[in-house]
Amino acid sequence: MPEALDPSLVALYVFVLACFIGYWVVWGVTPSLHTPLVALTNAISGIVLVGALLVAGDPDAGLFTQIIGFFAVLLASINVFGGFLVTHRMLSMFKKRK
Amino acid sequence: MTLSVNLQAVAYLVSAVLFILALKGLTHPASARRGNLYGMLGMLIAVVATLMGDQVQSYGFIIVGMTLGAIIGVIVALRIQMTAMPQLVAALHSFVGMAAVMVAIGTFLTKRGAGELNALLMGEISAGVVIGAITFTGSVIAFGKLQGLLSGNPVKFKGQHLLNALLGIATLVLAVHFAMTGSLISLTLMTLLAFTLGVTLIIPIGGADMPVIISMLNSYSGWAAAATGFTLHNNLLIIVGALVGCSGAILSYIMCKAMNRSILNVVFGGFGSDSSGADSAGAVAAEKGVKSAAVEDAVYWMEDANRVIIIPGYGMAVAQAQHALKELMELLEARGVEVKFGIHPVAGRMPGHMNVLLAEADIPYDRVLEMDEINPDFPSTDVVLVVGANDVVNPAAKEDKTSPIYGMPILEAGRARQVYFLKRSMRPGYSGVDNLLFYQENTSLVFGDAKDTIEGMNTALKGGGH
Repeated sequence: MPEALDPSLVALYVFVLACFIGYWVVWGVTPSLHTPLVALTNAISGIVLVGALLVAGDPDAGLFTQIIGFFAVLLASINVFGGFLVTHRMLSMFKKRK
Repeated sequence: MTLSVNLQAVAYLVSAVLFILALKGLTHPASARRGNLYGMLGMLIAVVATLMGDQVQSYGFIIVGMTLGAIIGVIVALRIQMTAMPQLVAALHSFVGMAAVMVAIGTFLTKRGAGELNALLMGEISAGVVIGAITFTGSVIAFGKLQGLLSGNPVKFKGQHLLNALLGIATLVLAVHFAMTGSLISLTLMTLLAFTLGVTLIIPIGGADMPVIISMLNSYSGWAAAATGFTLHNNLLIIVGALVGCSGAILSYIMCKAMNRSILNVVFGGFGSDSSGADSAGAVAAEKGVKSAAVEDAVYWMEDANRVIIIPGYGMAVAQAQHALKELMELLEARGVEVKFGIHPVAGRMPGHMNVLLAEADIPYDRVLEMDEINPDFPSTDVVLVVGANDVVNPAAKEDKTSPIYGMPILEAGRARQVYFLKRSMRPGYSGVDNLLFYQENTSLVFGDAKDTIEGMNTALKGGGH
């Protein structure tokens, strides 16, 4: 059986390639939308919610760990809901000439 | 029903693609709202796929946490004033940072309980904790400065860089020790030092460098999410973290370039505290004096103009003058005057701040032009109205080699026929540099609150006319 690739190395592949995608996509963003860009990236970095769910939803980890998880879920959720909604509010204001 | 690990991974892939499309949507205002919807959909898929996986076994804490978070998030997002966006963004960055710290520590405790710790995993946990902690306290300080709870001035003291370097090295040593031994004491100390480092790194940076700081912390919050992804071996978190990290880094670069400064100069330089040299061209020009003008003078020139360009700066946000400007634009357009807005990349307290405020006032985005687009228009412009901006139109950036802002790209307002500055006082801009444009033949200053002045202009335009 051939030696298996270390999962951390796969993660590194994904990370480096995602950096390149981010680089090209973000350079395409129009400067007038830089504030919505910050707000939107903020909302999607609320993806740490996924990690928070794993910590808060694991009863084997003990109550203390679950409580830490609870606060992580709370903070990340504020980010997700607040971030997407405020981005939506801002983008709705950008209108073309009537 | 539980989702198999493979199906979950497929759902995460769909979600990652949606996030990329979300950012891609911001290429143009017309596609941006759809982009935001892609982002929401991506998040929904990611959360549902996680909840349906077999790692999540108890839902009590999750339901309460998400419900509370949703309520708080929605209320804040609906109530926040557009002028307060920089503060909101700083606060939200701090939440991502803190959540990353808690996820990393929670993961450590879980894995320790299950006996699954190893040096690599603990190294990844350290990265999550340190980046998250710096993001958290750094953003809290940025929030304090933006909200006016802390002084916006750079806080500098002797040995500052040495202190930061020592803190950084100590944090690194503790991280290595933690990775080797799994010592809870090292983890705790490392976390506390990283929190301290966030404070000491951001406190020396002045309020007006906020566009760079917001972008930098945006970037950090992304790297914190990516580090969490490495800890959890979750590719979705890694991808999203990398996207956000890159976005913040690119914005930081753009902001620095617009000030002709390097990121190191912003982080360590402490701009805005030195006063300009006595022999600078500005001081010489000061002896020539400045012209001040009444509202009526400016109106007189504007109503017969072919083209007027308005340059807003942070002062417009402070005075909340954007709605009055909208009315001014309409009144002038009714008289056949072409009105455009010119925006410098670092105007305001965060990237694109002015664009959002003008959009809030219902000013169509096709009237709002970036620096490079509008600079060729100035020589054929009759009147430039500078509302609460200063350094971004200072010709010293082009002409005075001794000036601290020399080399910074500017809006070439001085090339128009007439320039009117709406100003509260003769105070220089945040750079502390005197503005050469004040002393130019074709420049006049209109003193007073920007909003009151513009409303005065509107009244004159409504009542007057030839």
